[in-house]
Amino acid sequence: MQSITNSPTRYGWPTIILHWLIGIIFIGQFVLGFVMARIESQRMSFELIQLHKSFGFLLLGLIILRIAWRLGNAAPALPPSVGTLERRAAPLAHFALYAFQVALPLSGWALVSVSTLEIPTMPFNQFVMPNLPLAESDAAESFWSAAHWYLAYAGIALVALHVAAALRHHFLLRDNVLTRMITPSSDGE
Amino acid sequence: MHARILGLAAFAACLVMPVYAAVALGDAAGSYTISPSGSSIRFSIGKAGGGGFDGAFGRFKGTIRIDNSDVGRSKVDLTIYPESVGTGQGRIDAFLRSDAVFDAANNPEIQFRSTSVTRTGDTTALVTGRLTARGKTFPEKFTAELGGLKGGTIKFHVTGKVLRSRYGMNVGTPLYSNVVDFDMTLMGKRG
Repeated sequence: MQSITNSPTRYGWPTIILHWLIGIIFIGQFVLGFVMARIESQRMSFELIQLHKSFGFLLLGLIILRIAWRLGNAAPALPPSVGTLERRAAPLAHFALYAFQVALPLSGWALVSVSTLEIPTMPFNQFVMPNLPLAESDAAESFWSAAHWYLAYAGIALVALHVAAALRHHFLLRDNVLTRMITPSSDGE
Repeated sequence: MHARILGLAAFAACLVMPVYAAVALGDAAGSYTISPSGSSIRFSIGKAGGGGFDGAFGRFKGTIRIDNSDVGRSKVDLTIYPESVGTGQGRIDAFLRSDAVFDAANNPEIQFRSTSVTRTGDTTALVTGRLTARGKTFPEKFTAELGGLKGGTIKFHVTGKVLRSRYGMNVGTPLYSNVVDFDMTLMGKRG
């Protein structure tokens, strides 16, 4: 049971599972969003957009869980070998990653809420998700559409930076920063 | 006194009620061409969470033939051009015309050919026929109510429900109902 909560040297299973689950869905959502907006078939596009909305709400739910879990579980410390600059930058980057995880689903929710197409949202065809209390208009739809796109590009750039940093730790610095996010038994040093 | 009132009531009823019955049997017989100007073909589809969307077809043509001796041998032919669909929202119209729904480029016509007409009341009839859309044909039923006959024009109010999934148009279910509610006013001009 000790591998449930985080410790000063390692992550627990809930943190690890939420991290990878959200990471995979987040990247999948970026690819899906890109494809659904460019695909020729209107029918396929419609279906993919509904799928994107379903996964978006799943993400939002997982992210709320993740943040709640994170608030009760401090992240383990960085290895002593990590320099001052990265020691300062890493928490900022992680905070920004959390901010994007919240902002992206919310901006998507705002987009479907203000859209003049008034397409209902049923996550995985299970129930009707109400719209956010925002006024519907073409202008608002354009705004939230652009906001969602810019956030997506900025978010995926940040994810790329995060992945690059993890790979640098693993292959260049050869520390346990990546492996401790794979299993709690890798508590390093 | 009672007899007089009853008599008056009966006379009034004769004046009002059987007018259409008389019309449908006798005067209405003949062939009519559906006039787009006095007609409309509207539809609505409910959506999850309430509400729905309405649309109409702007272009269609057809004929109504009412048999002189046997209403059951009357006939209705209707051709709708799905390219003319309008919902008030251009993006939805484009979606409906595309291969997602009507595929209007490859299937420019939706056709209804009646196979039987059964009278259900003084002014009402059940029209059964074959509906063809996107290359698929299924039997459908519509309720027609005679709305009036004036000079050489006849007017019907036609309603019916069609399941769109059967015609390869199930996109968007269950967000949008599979049931399409049709509400048409068909005005025919004699000849």
